[in-house]
Amino acid sequence: MFHAPLLAFSKWLAATSLSNTIQTTGWIIPALQTIHILAVAVVFSSAMLVNLRIWRLLQRDVPVSDVARRFLPAIWLVLIILLITGGLLIVGEPRRSLLNTTFYFKMAFLTLAVLLTIGLQWSLAAAPENLNNKPGRRIAVQLAAVASTLVWCGVLFAGRWIAYTQVG
Amino acid sequence: MSAFWNLISLLEESSLADSIRENDLLFPLIESIHVLAICLVVGSILAVDLRLVGLAWVRRPSQDVTRGILPLTWGAFVVAVASGGLLFISNATKYLGNGFFVAKMFLIAAAGVNMLVFHAISGKDAAKWDNDASPPLPARLAGVVSIALWVAVVACGRWIGFTMEPG
Repeated sequence: MFHAPLLAFSKWLAATSLSNTIQTTGWIIPALQTIHILAVAVVFSSAMLVNLRIWRLLQRDVPVSDVARRFLPAIWLVLIILLITGGLLIVGEPRRSLLNTTFYFKMAFLTLAVLLTIGLQWSLAAAPENLNNKPGRRIAVQLAAVASTLVWCGVLFAGRWIAYTQVG
Repeated sequence: MSAFWNLISLLEESSLADSIRENDLLFPLIESIHVLAICLVVGSILAVDLRLVGLAWVRRPSQDVTRGILPLTWGAFVVAVASGGLLFISNATKYLGNGFFVAKMFLIAAAGVNMLVFHAISGKDAAKWDNDASPPLPARLAGVVSIALWVAVVACGRWIGFTMEPG
């Protein structure tokens, strides 16, 4: 349904001078991908350090709210770098992602990951000390941590799989 | 040296290496696991290094930050080495001929040496500066060197994909 307009948009994007510069300067795409992966490393590790603390597998000597306050805000800052480098990679090779179903899976996973991170940040900040006194809330947070882990893994897997499913 | 190349061709000609080469899904699957593990290694080490440099989580003692996070780093490192090893044997000769691959291996070794030197020099009296927001210069240097090395490891890893065709 969206294929024709997306194809037209991709063609227009690929013809811009910015896209041309990215396409014709050999080191730009690997450099952008390197920055992109380093940013993914920060976001994914931050989320996992909090998720592992929620499940009491790491850093049990620190309150879960402290770990969340230390690592979750970093996700929002680094997400900006991810969006900029990801955006430039799309400008450089529009068809590689915009005409690729895997890319939309990645964006769907990313949306879920962002929502889960907002939810975790909110609930861990709201009643950190009550987590153990309220079993219902504790279980909800633990399930959210599992979901967050799976969804972030989905983002990374889909991200790597874009390279294997591009139409050309 | 010929023993080394014999081992390489033995690995490369194994049925496991053959499956990874020939199966359309296996290589990207292992590669995705490799990227996931590398991200956890680099991201978690960065957290430890930033504490060492004195830039993050300075309220928490350095050794507590290190001990709290490193189990994740080591766990992910084991997965990264195992998955990376599988990718390597699928095309061992080609990888060894790729400058970025060789550089990546040396950079990882250098990160290991940096860690050992840090333990030998600063680790001995770590208890003395454990609560300091800013650890002594050798420790901070070890943190900066570690960050630089791991950034370079990721860059080389990504550049392998652009300088060599798999398969």
